[in-house]
Amino acid sequence: MQWEVVIGLETHAQLSTVSKIFSGAPTAFGAEPNTQACGVDIALPGVLPVLNTGAVERAIRFGLAVGATINSPSIFARKNYFYPDLPKGYQISQYERPIVEGGTLTIQVGDAAKTVRLTRAHLEEDAGKSLHEDFHGHTGIDLNRAGTPLLEIVSEPDMRSAEEAVAYAKALHALVRWIDVCDGNMQEGSFRCDANVSVRPVGAKELGTRREIKNLNSFRFLQQAIEYEVRWQINELEDGRAIQQATVLFDPDSGETRMMRTKEDAHDYRYFPDPDLLPLEVTVERLEAVRAAMPPLPQARQEKFCHEYGLTPYDAGLLTASRELADYFESVVAGADAKTGKLCANWINGALSARLNEEGLEIAQSRVSATQLRGMVDRIADGTISGKIAKDIFDAIWAGEGDADAIIAAKGLKQISDSGEIEKIVDQVLAANAQQVADFRAGKEKAFNSLVGQVMKASRGKANPQQVNDILRRKLAS
Amino acid sequence: MSNATLKELSAQLAAKACSSVELAQDFINKINVLNKDLGCYVTVDAERTLAQAQAADARRAAGDAGVLTGVPLAHKDIFCAKGWRTTCGSKMLANFVAPYDAHVVERCDAAGMVTLGKTNMDEFAMGSSNETSFFGPVRNPWDRDRVPGGSSGGSAAAVAARLAPAATGTDTGGSIRQPAALTGICGLKPTYGLVSRYGMIAFASSLDQAGPMARTAEDLGLLLNVMAGHDTRDSTSLERPAEDYNRDLAKPLKGLRVGLPKEFFAAGMTADVQKTIEAAIAEYRKLGATVVDISLPNMGLSVPVYYVLAPAEASSNLSRFDGVRYGHRAAEYTDLLDMYKRSRGEGFGAEVKRRILIGTYVLSHGYYDAYYIRAQKLRRLIAQDFAAAFKQCDVIMGPTSPTTAFKLGEKSSDPVQMYLSDIYTIAVNLAGLPGMSIPCGLDGSGLPVGLQIIGNYFDEARMLNVAHQYQLATDWHQRAPQGAA
Repeated sequence: MQWEVVIGLETHAQLSTVSKIFSGAPTAFGAEPNTQACGVDIALPGVLPVLNTGAVERAIRFGLAVGATINSPSIFARKNYFYPDLPKGYQISQYERPIVEGGTLTIQVGDAAKTVRLTRAHLEEDAGKSLHEDFHGHTGIDLNRAGTPLLEIVSEPDMRSAEEAVAYAKALHALVRWIDVCDGNMQEGSFRCDANVSVRPVGAKELGTRREIKNLNSFRFLQQAIEYEVRWQINELEDGRAIQQATVLFDPDSGETRMMRTKEDAHDYRYFPDPDLLPLEVTVERLEAVRAAMPPLPQARQEKFCHEYGLTPYDAGLLTASRELADYFESVVAGADAKTGKLCANWINGALSARLNEEGLEIAQSRVSATQLRGMVDRIADGTISGKIAKDIFDAIWAGEGDADAIIAAKGLKQISDSGEIEKIVDQVLAANAQQVADFRAGKEKAFNSLVGQVMKASRGKANPQQVNDILRRKLAS
Repeated sequence: MSNATLKELSAQLAAKACSSVELAQDFINKINVLNKDLGCYVTVDAERTLAQAQAADARRAAGDAGVLTGVPLAHKDIFCAKGWRTTCGSKMLANFVAPYDAHVVERCDAAGMVTLGKTNMDEFAMGSSNETSFFGPVRNPWDRDRVPGGSSGGSAAAVAARLAPAATGTDTGGSIRQPAALTGICGLKPTYGLVSRYGMIAFASSLDQAGPMARTAEDLGLLLNVMAGHDTRDSTSLERPAEDYNRDLAKPLKGLRVGLPKEFFAAGMTADVQKTIEAAIAEYRKLGATVVDISLPNMGLSVPVYYVLAPAEASSNLSRFDGVRYGHRAAEYTDLLDMYKRSRGEGFGAEVKRRILIGTYVLSHGYYDAYYIRAQKLRRLIAQDFAAAFKQCDVIMGPTSPTTAFKLGEKSSDPVQMYLSDIYTIAVNLAGLPGMSIPCGLDGSGLPVGLQIIGNYFDEARMLNVAHQYQLATDWHQRAPQGAA
């Protein structure tokens, strides 16, 4: 039987506010346990929550970025359950009326674009952490994280493969960073996904029974977990066993998912509107103020790049992976024509990206500045250097040897475009390689490339490749 | 001195007729003698009290005294007060020392008032007789075999017995007004949102409201002036300009329209209470008021609505008492679930458990719509009834409680009978309106009867005016239980 995979993601993005969602305690990561938890966070008797407007603003920004409806009012609700790292015995979340409803996110899988629908995004507070190590059979509680603002972003079950799920997660990750609502730090748990996975026979209308994989904090784990889960579910079904709705955990060491709890053990959370918090109104003025302060979104900048510099959607997509990268491209490309624009894009997406990746650096840490890269690209465009020589120059700039012009001068790398000079070299090469000349004339096209190579070598790479080609063809034809 | 009102004490301190330390010492002495029989206070700390009094005297000497600087008061043990044990009447918090001040405490301290101690109360404010306190019942100073009402029973009895000139209380369904009525003092529950709930241990957040308890309407106004005010730490606290709630005390009542809801007088109250209330209304006619018959058709639903909504909120509010971070934790347990069960099982009393169970039930999957959602709808209808009534009248009057003080143990085995003692007060909380109780007579056994005055939103100044004019014409508020004055 052919199976179709159906995936929906629930993503927790930690909002980048300085203080917590309902208290003034700081949200910074990595402090000594329980030093960033105030009376509200530890739920002393008599304390009350006060909503952080910065968290609300970020939620609105996200909603606008995905073209969603911003509900006014939205309602905070209490989700009641007992756990030692949940100090109040309830989590303040949004249930029946979230602040963000609907919206879409466009993802790129290979060459195809796909639109994933969003169900909702709601504000809520994070819980603390239970620490089971180093306490000799006891459990330690760290409430630093308690009350950290989260935006839970829920997608519709629109993804059909692990690749699509990862592409969605990456696009979402890029977006929340782009609009500055979340730092996206996955190691610190600022961005984590739960994946709802089910399979059904191709052509079936009903969804299969889903299992939810909790707390995936890297794209690799997301991919591995879904792939394993899909194989497991198909095996079960093909062996005639029904899937039971369940929550599972992914173990990165074994690469397997394992059951945490089934639907039968599910809590009755007894949601009800939190009487300590008023319904959250978002006025039109406030909405418009947030909209006015929004940076241009990736989609808009991609279109601009394609339009102004003739880039392919693929290249434009790469350049808008982050706002910093798009800004870098724009500084490099400033005032350039389409031809130079395309060259700039190629260099950023090619050599520069590769180098950054290799050294694990962000674009902001690039050792080739925008001005330096443009300086080099301009020398390619005006024929001063060849693309091949430019590679060496790029490395030299990276190594801190100065700007392209200085390096060209110092190393004598200026391209030879004087046809007389090139002809001289060509003549020498033809004279010294009689066998290849004969081969070429006997119809072996490969011999031509070898002759080009000889000429370039003899010119120490400086000969203008196009001219070398032309002159060589002419001389061999005569 | 201990028989004086806040206003008189304020004047005596201003005139340097006595010092704040002398005053505080006088009350401490009296508390030391009477409290073991009455049980009004669960915590007194003479050292702290006298230190505060000294500071108040210093402030006065420095010319920095306000109206109530140096005047003592008692705080209901529901308010967190830094350094004071704050128990909420429960074993759960029997050893909890608050690390911060409630907004109300902060404001009283800032005014220079002196804390005499923390008063007894029904456990987590759940009760109408003060019998559910872990620290034992409070006895009514008028008859020690009788209850003082609840849940602010300790505050009420302390003021009635002259163990404090005034006290703070909280009122979720009548917990200021009903004990005020049963002990012959005055109590005011302000409009919801007027006094910050920050630092007040939550029972039912959408109903809880703090207010003053004292012996005269004028004293209520003085204390409300201190307690009320916007607080950014409570999202339901209202942002309103400060006002002097006593500004209209002297206004004559001529033309005042007093609404009498027929549902209040239909049945339920004792003949003595009815007679006394009618006499009070007659007095108001003499003062120039006109009486309007009104109706609050959904009034009869207020008790069932309340006993869905208040326990629902309470079941969630009390979840934080889990034995993990503070409060009672069982000495022995086998695992996490067992720790929760034992700690909460041992830490909470029967009435609190009953309400947690009711609240958990009405919020459960499959019951939520039938109970919680319906109760919320009815709550709106009850509020609409009042809105319609206030188009016809300026204040609403009726009894505060259907009976005078009942005997200890008389209703404690019958929760429904106990719940019905708040039948006249609960609707006011559901609507978020201000309500007060003032003494208006004694029944055949010499026990005080309370007149309830309900105002429109933010009409506290008018209500105090209405009560004050009555107190100028009558002396019921000056009656004291034997041995108190």
